[in-house]
Amino acid sequence: MQDLLRRYGPGLTLIMGLMVAFWLLMLVIIPNMTLFEQSFRPYLPVREVGGPNDTYSLDNYLKVFDGTIERSFLGFTFQIPVHVLTFWLTIWYSMVVTVICFFMAYPLAYYMAKIVNPRSLPTLILLLFIPLWVSEVLRAFAWWIILAFRGPLNWLLLNLGLIEDPIRWTNMGYTGVVIGLIYTYVLFMLFPIYNAIQSLDTNQIEAAEDLGAPWWKIHWRIVLPHSKPGIAAGSVMVFMLSAGSLLVPSILGSTTSQWFTQTINQWFNDALDWNTASAYAFLLLLLCTLFVSLAMWVFRVKLSDIAK
Amino acid sequence: MHRFRQNLAHLYMVLFLVFLLAPLVVMSGAAFNDSKLPSIVPWRGFTTTWFSQMVQDQRMMLAFVNTLWVAVAVAVISVVVGTASAILINSISGKVRTVLYGLMISTILIPGVVIGISTMILWTRMGNALGTEFFLFNPGLHLSVLGQVSYIAAMVMLLVLARLQSFDADLEEAALDLGASHTQVMRRILLPHLYPAVGAGAAVAFFQSIENFNVTQFTRGGADTLTVYVFSQVRSGITPTINALAFLLICVTLVLALVYEINRRRRARIQAEREAEARRAEEAMLL
Repeated sequence: MQDLLRRYGPGLTLIMGLMVAFWLLMLVIIPNMTLFEQSFRPYLPVREVGGPNDTYSLDNYLKVFDGTIERSFLGFTFQIPVHVLTFWLTIWYSMVVTVICFFMAYPLAYYMAKIVNPRSLPTLILLLFIPLWVSEVLRAFAWWIILAFRGPLNWLLLNLGLIEDPIRWTNMGYTGVVIGLIYTYVLFMLFPIYNAIQSLDTNQIEAAEDLGAPWWKIHWRIVLPHSKPGIAAGSVMVFMLSAGSLLVPSILGSTTSQWFTQTINQWFNDALDWNTASAYAFLLLLLCTLFVSLAMWVFRVKLSDIAK
Repeated sequence: MHRFRQNLAHLYMVLFLVFLLAPLVVMSGAAFNDSKLPSIVPWRGFTTTWFSQMVQDQRMMLAFVNTLWVAVAVAVISVVVGTASAILINSISGKVRTVLYGLMISTILIPGVVIGISTMILWTRMGNALGTEFFLFNPGLHLSVLGQVSYIAAMVMLLVLARLQSFDADLEEAALDLGASHTQVMRRILLPHLYPAVGAGAAVAFFQSIENFNVTQFTRGGADTLTVYVFSQVRSGITPTINALAFLLICVTLVLALVYEINRRRRARIQAEREAEARRAEEAMLL
């Protein structure tokens, strides 16, 4: 702080401080605190707000347990609340997306960092970036066209003789959603891993090769451990983006593939019950954060590794 | 064996690019198909009618203009706030820095749904508490701007902070010793050094804002941006006018990418020529 004052004087320091305060207080901390507070209030008609009925309770959170449906898994049949199931499936399929993204991105990241001719690398990166510049909604829409019942994918598979009848991709549970999420977020996995592998000394790989290590052992013992921070950063990004995505599940999903953000959207924009929407949004934030922390603890990654 | 693995890697790269780019090709192709539903099969003949229909679609054009306004506003505010935060973070240390930095970074990971709802609730409740009908406190695109800034500013901050690492603070000392005012130090020494990062930050902020759906969906009130409009169209029956728009956007992207690539190659060639020149000169000296 002293340093700032000396260099830029009290006026400029004050202005910069105010801007940072505006950002962190007015746009981040206070809104989230308001959300938290609101989530404990009941949904009342406007004139009763602040009245005797406006008391704090956990009712909004307990709505998660309303309405159960029957599911069977591994031969067991049990009752489970709809929203809990939705939430669990959101987490589960976000995890699936994250894992598939990793397996897709890792070989390419290695290729970009160690195999490809460095002179053609900028062109390759530029090509990879093109889908990122085209907006997310259009990317999801592109897959909506491809996966349509009478769309190009079914047409191709039918003409290749791989399937007999067209497939309803977007009605097969979460298939369409998972495909769309992978397409949308795989690059967020690719670039962190690429950055991590890039900093690996190629001599280490060559030394291992000279000493007779098979290729999988080189990856398992040298490249993977070195790229762990990149993998962690990519995974956290892909997981949080997937779990928080509203566009892709809405466009590429069906009634058989409810996403938790869609439930929140229904509370907020259809039922106009902002209080319950707040409670659900807070649950999403809290549980995703907990889940990511848990995963990081299991894989022994520290937050400071990711921020590198 | 080594050769085989290398070819396999090349093949994988090509497949990955096909996976990334094929959907964009399909989407562009559907813009020219004379079929009411957006698709490339069955092909019913070439047409440009969707482009003329797109221009007549008032709602879409309005949404497009709205998107640009929001994106410009987000870029301006994010750049100013992000740059100030980077300078501030760079000149403090210890626990305060860790906490502030962590708080700023965490905004990137907060789900957009949460940002949208929390922004909406805060501002409308402030409006209610003050008992005013002033537009700032009603739902609308200005709240979308504020919500988007809350995490896009962090991205700008990271870019500027990276650039600050290569800044020589002694230059500022020298300027102060020579009698420069504080504003002069900021305007003539620090900011010029940061301009590349500021420019990149503005571009990132602009494109992030155009992309944004989650925050906008919860804060927009009745107004449309392009993402929200396309989203509502996909749900309620769609014509290939969206494809026409997508095709144009992809073309703009491609042209920008091409310009960038040509520029980069030219600079690389000049660089190579200079190095060759230097080598020749060195050899001549040795002779």
